[in-house]
Amino acid sequence: MGRLGKEYKKGEIIARQGDKGSCMFVIQEGEVEAVAEAGGREFRLRTMGPNEIFGEMALFEKEIRTCTVRALGPTRILTIDKRNFLTGVHEDPSLALRIVKTMSHRIRDLTDRLAKYEEAT
Amino acid sequence: MPESQGGQDVSISAENLGFTRRQERTPPLRNTVLADGSRIAVIGAGPAGSMFSYFLLSMAETLGLDVDVDLFEPRRFCHRGPAGCNHCGGIVSELLVQRLATEGIILPHDVVQRGIESYMLHMDVGDVEIATPLHEKRIAAMYRGNGPRESEPLDTQSFDGYLLELAQEKGANVVRRLVTDVRRDNDLMTVACADQHSERYDLVVVATGVNSHLLENLEGEFESFHRPARTKTFICEFRLGHELVRETFGPSMHVFLLDIPRLEFAAMVPKGEFVTVCLLGDRIDDDLINRFFSSPEVRNRFPGGVIPQQACHCYPRINVRAARPAYGDRLVVIGDSGSTRLFKDGIGSAYRTAKAAAKTAVFHGVDAASFKQHYAPLCRKIGNDNQVGKVVFGFAGLIQKTRFARRGILRMTSNEQAQTSRPRRMSGVLWDLFSGSASYTNVFVRTLHPAYIGSLVWNLVAGNVPGSAARHGRASGEEESHVRR
Repeated sequence: MGRLGKEYKKGEIIARQGDKGSCMFVIQEGEVEAVAEAGGREFRLRTMGPNEIFGEMALFEKEIRTCTVRALGPTRILTIDKRNFLTGVHEDPSLALRIVKTMSHRIRDLTDRLAKYEEAT
Repeated sequence: MPESQGGQDVSISAENLGFTRRQERTPPLRNTVLADGSRIAVIGAGPAGSMFSYFLLSMAETLGLDVDVDLFEPRRFCHRGPAGCNHCGGIVSELLVQRLATEGIILPHDVVQRGIESYMLHMDVGDVEIATPLHEKRIAAMYRGNGPRESEPLDTQSFDGYLLELAQEKGANVVRRLVTDVRRDNDLMTVACADQHSERYDLVVVATGVNSHLLENLEGEFESFHRPARTKTFICEFRLGHELVRETFGPSMHVFLLDIPRLEFAAMVPKGEFVTVCLLGDRIDDDLINRFFSSPEVRNRFPGGVIPQQACHCYPRINVRAARPAYGDRLVVIGDSGSTRLFKDGIGSAYRTAKAAAKTAVFHGVDAASFKQHYAPLCRKIGNDNQVGKVVFGFAGLIQKTRFARRGILRMTSNEQAQTSRPRRMSGVLWDLFSGSASYTNVFVRTLHPAYIGSLVWNLVAGNVPGSAARHGRASGEEESHVRR
């Protein structure tokens, strides 16, 4: 049986913090972790599984990747090209809805964590 | 002219009538906006019908709208051969794989028979592999049913069956009946089935594909409707076994540029233990099929140069000119039965038309004026692009007939494939033309770029100079690994 996307081994880096990105990713199989490096330390931001997207900020901004994403085990990832995505959104703006929802969830998650952090400090 | 807004009565000018019933003007419609309890009939559960149902129900759910969708499909996609098949080459394009993934629809590994990551172009002057820069499998080869007639039951799921499941999960009700007629019935539509069963609906969506008799009946029922113009194609399957398919065809789709009159496009698609052969062109007949299988470039794909017994074959027709009009009051035609891209990415067109029709029905209305304003522009866009596509295929036909042009293209493509730092102008054009990943207009515009033209002219000269590698069917040093004889 066939599989789509590109295979990554455990520990392999899919997107690196600081690199310039021009695509986003959809997890086909497996799990990945998003980690941010600051002050010489590494912080795990979240883990993600099948059908979740990441790297979506690169579709809208020219900024560099804000975190590193690496495979937690054998993983298969599909790349979504910026050009294809934006062409699709131009024809059908609702194509961006799922990404808006994902970003909305992540903002909510970060707000909760920030509130907990403020409370603890 | 008053139009439908918020469920008000509307009257529609002749210009906007779309499907007009014979010898009768449609009276003003009532309740042209879907509301709780509205009933929708979708005829045909191929990709267009299932995706329409899926998107319409998803959008209705978002709006908190409770509508009923009956999806009429007498076939079961778990059957092998014609009983479960939708007669198609079975390719989900790179563009559609990405769009579906963005929508949250991941094609499971038991639906994808093989992931394709490159195209192998076969010509009499040599072969060249065109790979994706990312070396990633983003094209899916799959079966529309459960495989060829003479196959063992496959331990896999059909693409159409998978999409139908998605629609059912969203709440679509599958009706195992054959629809034989659609009639306008006062303010609503009536769907009549072969078993004399009939029901009334607020909206009827025709997604039967282009080979259905229902389209003929619609022409009889509605004077303004013209079904799509069609041409015959040829599809067959060869059973070679998993190992041989993997060794011989790899993760590549094999495309043939051969000097055979009336042949526009020929491809071999590896799928599990089978290989699907698709021939598209003008009036595909036995003579053309024999010439194709007699050519050395095709015979050499098979072990010992011998063409094996076909496991299954068919002559499905494809849409080469859109239905006119593809909409009316409470009626819309989507997918192959309406508008589709010429020769390419029929499933992608099914997705685009299904979603555009669903958005129109949910957010704007189900009258002809709404479809004219929000759905017809997409059909026109596809139709206009197909006109450019005819020009592009015209150029491809010239290349098919001209050996010196084939040498130039082989040289230019193989040089690009050997050097990743160079712009891949010819490779990109061929990739998008074969895969349907870009519109024909986009492909055509790229071929007008001065750098593309300059490079092509140079390669035409260099590839045809007496003594050149390409002229003798050999690759020069840098391109050798990408050219095969």
